Amino acid sequence: MAALKIKKGSTSHSAYNLRPAFSDVQEKHTLAVLVDNEPGVLARVIGLFSGRGYNIESLTVAEVDHTGHHSRITVVTTGTPQVIEQIKTQLGRIVPVHDVHDLTVEGAAVERELGLFKVTGEGEKRIEALRLAEIFRANVVDSTLESFVFEITGAPEKIDAFADLMRPLGLVEVARTGVAALSRGSA
Amino acid sequence: MARQMTGAKMVVQALKDQGVDTVFGYPGGAVLPIYDEIFQQNDIRHILVRHEQGAVHAAEGYARSTGKPGVALVTSGPGATNAVTGLTDALLDSIPIVVLTGQVPTFMIGSDAFQEADTVGITRPCTKHNWLVKETDRLSQTIHEAFHVATSGRPGPVLIDIPKDVQFASGDYVSPKAADTSRYQPQMKGDLAAITELVEAIEKAERPVFYTGGGVINSGPAASQLLRELVDATGIPITSTLMGLGAYPASGENWLGMLGMHGLYEANMAMHGCDLMICVGARFDDRITGLISAFSPKSKKAHIDIDPSSINKVVKTDIPIVGDVGHVLEDILKVWKARGRKINRAAVDKWQGQIDEWRKVDCLKYKQAGKVIKPQYAIQRLEELTKGHDRYVTTEVGQHQMWAAQYMGFEDPNRWMTSGGLGTMGYGFPASIGVQMAHPDSLVINVAGEASWLMNMQEMGTAVQFRLPVKQFILNNERLGMVRQWQELLHGERYSHSWSEALPDFVKLAEAFGAKGIYCDNPDDLDDAILEMINHDGPVIFDCLVEKHENCFPMIPSGKPHNEMLLGEASTQGAIEAGGAVLV
Ligand SMILES: Cc1ncc(C[n+]2csc(CCOP(=O)(O)OP(=O)(O)O)c2C)c(N)n1
Ligand SMILES: [Mg+2]
Repeated sequence: MAALKIKKGSTSHSAYNLRPAFSDVQEKHTLAVLVDNEPGVLARVIGLFSGRGYNIESLTVAEVDHTGHHSRITVVTTGTPQVIEQIKTQLGRIVPVHDVHDLTVEGAAVERELGLFKVTGEGEKRIEALRLAEIFRANVVDSTLESFVFEITGAPEKIDAFADLMRPLGLVEVARTGVAALSRGSA
Repeated sequence: MARQMTGAKMVVQALKDQGVDTVFGYPGGAVLPIYDEIFQQNDIRHILVRHEQGAVHAAEGYARSTGKPGVALVTSGPGATNAVTGLTDALLDSIPIVVLTGQVPTFMIGSDAFQEADTVGITRPCTKHNWLVKETDRLSQTIHEAFHVATSGRPGPVLIDIPKDVQFASGDYVSPKAADTSRYQPQMKGDLAAITELVEAIEKAERPVFYTGGGVINSGPAASQLLRELVDATGIPITSTLMGLGAYPASGENWLGMLGMHGLYEANMAMHGCDLMICVGARFDDRITGLISAFSPKSKKAHIDIDPSSINKVVKTDIPIVGDVGHVLEDILKVWKARGRKINRAAVDKWQGQIDEWRKVDCLKYKQAGKVIKPQYAIQRLEELTKGHDRYVTTEVGQHQMWAAQYMGFEDPNRWMTSGGLGTMGYGFPASIGVQMAHPDSLVINVAGEASWLMNMQEMGTAVQFRLPVKQFILNNERLGMVRQWQELLHGERYSHSWSEALPDFVKLAEAFGAKGIYCDNPDDLDDAILEMINHDGPVIFDCLVEKHENCFPMIPSGKPHNEMLLGEASTQGAIEAGGAVLV
């Protein structure tokens, strides 16, 4: 596929584009979407995904520039390379969208998520949960005689792994923020 | 210096400053302050339609025939929901329109107030962009931005929802010049490297074809002019989608006719067999491509489009060029000329020879025999008797629409208005009203089917009230003809609800509205009847009774590639397989 000259959401100069554009392989991408923080903007972005049948695996939104009224929406999505390209160009068409970055292809990026885990139990299990939490550098943010609430931050995979370990130890409730991501380096 | 005025006055002032001369609308409680302002001025004409859907289609017809944005004004709740079909139609066909809706006062929003609807919520997926204006100080800026968004880049419908208290309150007015439109600035110029790559491909191609669409028309008359120059200088054959008819003249020597599901044999065969496809402002719609996996298998594909999301959406493109058609064509011509106007003449001549063989199939032939008017004959006579006129044609949706596209010739852009993407029955009549408003002295004809026409027939009142001499040329087959055709070919001739029963007497209907009605069911009377229609100074309903079970050919059945076209009745047996039947 030759390079597309697309300003918004452009990823065109990446070697990534050398992969076949119409392959069937499902890929997971993290997109950072910079938008004007105005009413309805999140509905526009989400409506695009639901209306065109794209997947949302994770979504985080918050204002990042109060004076400029800019928000950053981080979406983790899956699709074939062609669908991913479509998602980016379709997002770029939305009027209040300023920029679309595909952090998965634009070089290295850091991804972090915060999770809160409520684990109940007594005796051995309770001690084991606490021990594992220490290994994962999770903090205890609430505790009763028969429960803990752990707070953990890290890459989504780390949080997945922590959830897997806690499940047999009495995990009863999970809250996750979704992914926040930034590209590495000064650019 | 900012001027203070009420929101309602601002609406009228902003429209004037945007150069709007005509608004199609329908009043109601939530827009009364704006109607009050309209009452007190004479610069903007307001056309009272009979249904809000009519207002939006009329605005589309106005826009499509002038290149300027069309404007509609409707009330909250049911007024806004009635506008939804027109908005969706304009979105799919990229027509620039600005729809203003009234809304309940801001302090009542969310309370299920009388005639409250979540208009921006409902219309979010069917507009290019929409706004709910909650402060009068933001109103004029928003209207100017709305016009900018509707008309820049890939055009489309926008909507501004204006609560009633915002209309009453006063605020600062900003002029279009002072308004900020900086956040939406689509790329106009194409990448020169890609353009050069395309020119190189043009120089080498043995079997090139231009595949053009509505984007050429949207880009403006200069784009059509540049297209003509490029096509005629290179001698490359050209076909067009339904939306692009008229960009290149039907009488031009490189013209192949329309392509697609009901396109011409030579056009579809050229698309199938080409080695270079130059797509200009078209979007590989499923009506065009047929079976994607077998679509033009041997060609290199270049795609010029102002909307990056159109590229690689359905068909893989080898040379993508994002930019405005006019700008890109200009650069292509420049580069091609600078490189010495090269073309692989011997090969292209041979290709033209092959195309001439395909033309000999004469895929539009039919026989007019006996006392029943063939629909094709009716269109051909209409074409023959009107083509010298300063003429604009709109259509409804169905077989008649395809016959009009096949048998009429368009010499200029902006002369052909039809609902392509959405296929909206009921589009053509109100659209013809919009066109006639913009071109009061021209001959405006809506080629209609009886079923489609009934969907917005209330607009007869509008045509009569505003003395709009629109000609409603109804091919009356007493059938939902296109549906009937599919049932014949795909559903074992079980004609489930595809009959137009209890039809009105169209002549009496015309007379009941105070217009003229003409009835014709005899081929021998047809010419005189058409001339009578043309010469009548006023709106006419022409009830043309035609063959009831005529099918529209050629046809690429759903799920088939271009080279497996059905050419006539004999070829239809078992033509469509189960796989194709699930497609629309
Ligand atoms: C609003 C709407 N409803 C339904 C359809 C589906 N449809 C497509 S063509 C057609 C029949 C049109 O009949 P008519 O207007 O008489 O035209 P003909 O095909 O007979 O020329 C129908 C029902 C549509 N396109 N639009
Ligand atoms: Mg009919």
